[in-house]
Amino acid sequence: MEEMHQAAIAAKDASSSRQLSSQVSILSAMELIWNLCEILFIEVAPAGPLLLHLLDWVRLHICEVDSLLADVLGSENPSKHESFWKLVTILVLQGRLDEARQMLSKEADANPTSAGMCRILGDLMRTMPVLSPGNTQTLTELELKWQHWHEECERHLQDSTFASSPHLESLCKIMLGDEAALLEQKEHLNNWYHFLVTRLLYSHPTVKPTDLHFYAQSSLDLFLGGESSPEPLDNILMAAFEFDIHQVIKECSIALSNWWFVAHLTDLLDHCKLLQSHNLYFGSNMREFLLLEYASGLFAHHSLWQLGVDYFDYCPELGRVSLELHIERIPLSTEWKALKVLRICEQRQMTEQVRSVCKILAMKAVRNNRLGSALSWSIRAKDAAFATLVSDRFLRDYCEHGCFSDLDLIDNLGPAMMLSDRLTFLGKYREFHRLYGEKRFVDASFLLLSLMTSQIAPRSFWMTLLTDALPLLEQKQVIFSAEQTYELMRCLEDLTSGRPLCGEPDTQQLQDDDIEATKVEMLRLALARNLARAIIKEGSLEGS
Amino acid sequence: MEEILAKFVSQKISKTRWRPVPPGSLQTADTFATGSWDNEENYVSLWSIGDLGSLDSDGGLEGDHQLLCDIKHHGDVMDLQFFDQERIVAASSTGCVTIFLYRPNNRALSVSQQWTTAHYHTGPGSPSCSSAPCTGVVCNSPEIVTVGEDGRINLFRVDHKEAVRTIDNADSSTLHAVTFLRTPEIITVNSIGQLKIWDFRQQGNEPSQILSLTGDRVPLHCVDRHPNQQHVVATGGQDGMLSIWDVRQGTMPVSLLKAHEAEMWEVHFHPSNPDHLFTCSEDGSLWHWAASTDGPEKSSLFHQGGRNSTFLSHSISNQANVHQSLISSWLSTDPARDRIEITSLLPNRTLSVNTLDVLGPCLVCGTDAEAIYVTRQLFS
Repeated sequence: MEEMHQAAIAAKDASSSRQLSSQVSILSAMELIWNLCEILFIEVAPAGPLLLHLLDWVRLHICEVDSLLADVLGSENPSKHESFWKLVTILVLQGRLDEARQMLSKEADANPTSAGMCRILGDLMRTMPVLSPGNTQTLTELELKWQHWHEECERHLQDSTFASSPHLESLCKIMLGDEAALLEQKEHLNNWYHFLVTRLLYSHPTVKPTDLHFYAQSSLDLFLGGESSPEPLDNILMAAFEFDIHQVIKECSIALSNWWFVAHLTDLLDHCKLLQSHNLYFGSNMREFLLLEYASGLFAHHSLWQLGVDYFDYCPELGRVSLELHIERIPLSTEWKALKVLRICEQRQMTEQVRSVCKILAMKAVRNNRLGSALSWSIRAKDAAFATLVSDRFLRDYCEHGCFSDLDLIDNLGPAMMLSDRLTFLGKYREFHRLYGEKRFVDASFLLLSLMTSQIAPRSFWMTLLTDALPLLEQKQVIFSAEQTYELMRCLEDLTSGRPLCGEPDTQQLQDDDIEATKVEMLRLALARNLARAIIKEGSLEGS
Repeated sequence: MEEILAKFVSQKISKTRWRPVPPGSLQTADTFATGSWDNEENYVSLWSIGDLGSLDSDGGLEGDHQLLCDIKHHGDVMDLQFFDQERIVAASSTGCVTIFLYRPNNRALSVSQQWTTAHYHTGPGSPSCSSAPCTGVVCNSPEIVTVGEDGRINLFRVDHKEAVRTIDNADSSTLHAVTFLRTPEIITVNSIGQLKIWDFRQQGNEPSQILSLTGDRVPLHCVDRHPNQQHVVATGGQDGMLSIWDVRQGTMPVSLLKAHEAEMWEVHFHPSNPDHLFTCSEDGSLWHWAASTDGPEKSSLFHQGGRNSTFLSHSISNQANVHQSLISSWLSTDPARDRIEITSLLPNRTLSVNTLDVLGPCLVCGTDAEAIYVTRQLFS
């Protein structure tokens, strides 16, 4: 916050300076509310220490005193400084009586005529009874002592001890808790809660928490004096003084523009078990509701979505479902971001979301002709259907171009081949080509046959496979045995008998049919010849 | 215990690199560059880690890193490299490769050169020239090599408007990272778990060598070469596994070390103490691997002087070449016998540590929690 403050001061143009200043004021208001909630709701300070905490609270949030103090002390003649009496007054208003006494002693040194009065006032300041932490004094003791002290101050005032110095007299009146005197110091008090705390300090130091709101309301009314209406911040603080947690949360939600503050405050209060005694109309409790709102807001931000994930994790009822819905909708501009999203899903066993994200990426890859990427995404999602699609693409490319694209991928599929039948077929088919290229014809023929008989080859591809078998059938040496040749013939018959007759064939189709018919004829011829040679070879003796 | 300084910078850091020190100088690194991602406006920034001379009373180093200058960058910063002392090359998710020029006198960054369509998709479904993210860049003055999601490898030369050489469709899957092996050779890793070595002296579009793991094709995300022994390469994969490869021998990695619980984003050998390796990962941790083969001595004490390989008293069966008595400790085939000490450097687990870089005794890393961590006493 200090950095923002400095930035606001250093800002070049008026509008950014205004914006930064308003940010600073919002942050300091939030801190104010938070600290007050800590004191009242969490620490639950009892009657005596309550005032001390409230004093600390006020001192923390009104900080120009220190710079003023340094200023005055640093000057050559402190008591002649123009802000001297202002400083002393502020010190007294904040209950910093030791420092005020030091100031007075300087005045006494400089100005012998008022030395006596300063000394008396200083003594009064020194003897004011306060509850020190760790003191075993009871509250009633403190009250008695304070009453005694109060009467002594009153007596001094009545005796006109300080009549010659108006400053000292007003200081004494303040210390008596005189409301009129306090109201005169409006500009030094700056706001009604400071007025409240000072008033309590000098008139009811042993105030009980339950009585706090009476004083708060009256302080607010007195301070504002009917001139202005309370601001949202004032309403929030009033609700806090009334110990109405729900009202505080409600007012904060209305006043602040996002859910950050309210969500965290409610979470803290919930952990202190302060919210559970209240009955709510809607289903999940208020803490979860606010956290969900906040996390949804984070997901709408372009980069803070990663934080939103953690918040959803801490919402027991609706967190997981909300996360599932939100995480699918994060825009994925690069694969790197997608990997992070997938890691989040996998850590929480959200398999549906993994699958859907991978499918999106795989579709994008297919459209961009990155078949290897598409395959690696479908492997990650264990998506057999998509792997089939990619393999079909590969096979189609082969039919069109006569050769495989992306051999580096197909050659190195490894165990991923088992993901889908079509993929396995692709891998094995490529292996067949490799074996053929290495002239290992017997192995190639076994593979080819197994591809056809094991039913993993798509029907549309059978013709291509049989055509691939043609050169093997025409080899000088007999490669296919008789059994295998019968198998091949059966496949061919399956294929040709299963083909339906079309109604109105056009010229192109007629040509295709012609080509098909020629192919079938050649195949039949080759198969028959091979069968003949195989039978002879198997029937004859070796070596004769 | 090293002291690590953290600073929150309100932008998620995707890459960070030390500015190289002038050769032959004794000063340690004091400036580093960072690139951000996932913001509506991303920045490439330069930071300074201040004066080493200003020590406070108990010997600690004052101050954390300060921003020197920054410049807007279109798209996520996918990779960053210092080309030389003054120039930084940035790879963008829009497929653009930019060279930024740093002028120390003005403390300003400016765009020096840009190749806007270095990486793009062409395909039946994609509109003409839809951009593809450029995922990796490596420099070896005056050449710059880039790889991208379109499976393309580009070779650029500074001050040439077009690419000197382009290998289209070098890979059917995404290329994740690239590094130089020897000057005309580069090595790339892709998302189906393969390392490919490309030789620019050859004319064709085929890699000269392919290495991969049999078994699951786990995508590999990062690669780094041993600074002195150019055949030793380390890669990190999607399952957090660190693999060490010897590219002269076979197609299998020499050792596989189970490391992180999530993707390993970067792996770096220490440039002057190569027995030290650093990895960072999506699981939010940064590990320092110190290989020592000399019994109970701590490696950090032993390797201060810059000696980068150790003499193994037991020779490895395949490498019984008498002249080659200096064998890298990373290639030893028995990780159980030769101890590798692993230390985690970050104090507590945060969101993903996306990037790291080491130079001398200094280490810098950047995280998704919008923080940059710097330490200047790596080997204390």
